[in-house]
Amino acid sequence: MTNLELQKIANEVRKDIVTEVHSAKSGHPGGSLSAADVFTYLYFEELNIDPKDPKKPDRDRFVLSKGHTAPGLYAALAERGFFPKEDLTTLRQIGSHLQGHPCMQHTPGLDMSSGSLGQGISAAVGMALSAKVFGDSYRVYTLLGDGELQEGEVWEASMFASAKKLDNLCAIVDNNNLQIDGTIEEVNSPYPIDEKFKAFGFHVINVDGHDFDQLRAAFAEAKTVKGQPTVIIMKTIKGKGVSFMENNAAWHGSAPNDEQYAVAMADLEKAGEALCQK
Amino acid sequence: MSEVKKIATRESYGNALKELGAENPNVIVLDADLAGATKTGVFKKAFPDRFFDCGIAESNMMAIAAGIATTGKIPFCSTFAMFAAGRAYEQVRNAVGYPHLNVKIGATHAGISVGEDGATHQCNEDIALMRTIPGMVVICPADDVEARAAVKAAAEYEGPVYLRFGRLAVPVINDEATYKFEIGKGITLREGTDLTIVATGLCVNSALEAAEKLAAIGVSAEVINIHTIKPLDEELVLASAKKTGKVVTVEEHSVIGGLGSAVCDVLSEKLPTPVKKIGVYDTYCESGPAVKLLEKYKLDGNGVYEQIKDWMK
Repeated sequence: MTNLELQKIANEVRKDIVTEVHSAKSGHPGGSLSAADVFTYLYFEELNIDPKDPKKPDRDRFVLSKGHTAPGLYAALAERGFFPKEDLTTLRQIGSHLQGHPCMQHTPGLDMSSGSLGQGISAAVGMALSAKVFGDSYRVYTLLGDGELQEGEVWEASMFASAKKLDNLCAIVDNNNLQIDGTIEEVNSPYPIDEKFKAFGFHVINVDGHDFDQLRAAFAEAKTVKGQPTVIIMKTIKGKGVSFMENNAAWHGSAPNDEQYAVAMADLEKAGEALCQK
Repeated sequence: MSEVKKIATRESYGNALKELGAENPNVIVLDADLAGATKTGVFKKAFPDRFFDCGIAESNMMAIAAGIATTGKIPFCSTFAMFAAGRAYEQVRNAVGYPHLNVKIGATHAGISVGEDGATHQCNEDIALMRTIPGMVVICPADDVEARAAVKAAAEYEGPVYLRFGRLAVPVINDEATYKFEIGKGITLREGTDLTIVATGLCVNSALEAAEKLAAIGVSAEVINIHTIKPLDEELVLASAKKTGKVVTVEEHSVIGGLGSAVCDVLSEKLPTPVKKIGVYDTYCESGPAVKLLEKYKLDGNGVYEQIKDWMK
């Protein structure tokens, strides 16, 4: 898929995110938007998956360790055809398969339930370990938030992953620099993130998380790494694509009202039109 | 009189795991730097390729087990009950319980019979914690025969199971030749008419000893072994309570939230019956030899007998 095609899909994913959260009147748009490009890349380019056969045994696995950005993952799954796009507006409503945080028993295409920070990467490590032990060739991907790196379990999992040489594991960090209470430095700085993962035995790749060339190169490089897990640290913009949400921690976990929704959709429509001119 | 054979249920666990490993290539075992104590080392020796030491990181181990279970394999993960149910509670709830994954938790060194290590390692709260998790099966076997059977049953069952084992060697009270284990089915070990003693784990033996002493003073006690605390065999408990009109629960666990509470939950709703809960009375215990601690905290045969006698006055 060309970068332009990916950009167009990512823009649709962003519209979906804003629409989901607006209709739910709650949810986490900021970190969903910062990860919209990587969700798109994973589900349209990287992962060996089949929307018609979501449970196929040799599929690549993806665990959303930063589970609160479920709206972004749901949008990518819907765009990829795992379930109807109309379902997205049922997010967080009673009876919907789209829970506030991912629930693998309900939503087609989910490989793990998540939401309690730090646990997703451990589960991903378990999947990668299982593949190694039983000789399966699938790869395992997991997306973490930068604030999530404050959870000790992330480092327990990282220590284990490199000790067991899980080169079939690719962790991704969405380094948008903001968490609920402020910037990650203000709250409890996990920097330098790359040096920490390096010290824990990871192959480290730094990228601009909104640049598909860089994402493409990073994921390709990760596949060539032997004997150690890889982490791709993405520099991103929280709220990316919606003018008033960008770099604003207030949009970590709140929904736009009708007026704000209209502005957000106008921003994204405009971005979409610009992409069509290319 | 010949010496009664004594085996710690953690030994039974290790031995059963090794048998399981041979029978089922999908069984994989995790530990957190306690393989010698939990006896998963027995499995490790036989199947080194399917054993992983996660080191001293129990929360991570629990969620790793969840990840393994999503791939269709059967992980057994072990550490002391304090860390399995206590430290890793949230991983068990959210990563294992919520997606109802096929993870088996082999928690050893439960209760005060841990002994000398003292209160930090004597988990008297694990049954309470685990039974609050929707869909979790909670099993506390009484002896070697039951423990090995429980491990096999847990492996055959699809879904999360918490297995509670002890450090102390305890008498083998079941006959392997006739013993039958079924998840959720209690076992009446002694018929009686005056009161029902419902016990679990090593307290089943204490209950049997107490019943013998009660018989000597003319009290006929029925003894029920509840190896599965969740799902509880309500039918058996209700039928016995209806017959005797008095119930005593006995467990090496806090009287808050454990077997006693589970029994009270059923009785208070369906057949209000006087209940005496025998267990650890909302306190931290202490270091000491296991047998002496059971004596001090009145969970041995004599202690249970005396507590029942006092209650019946």
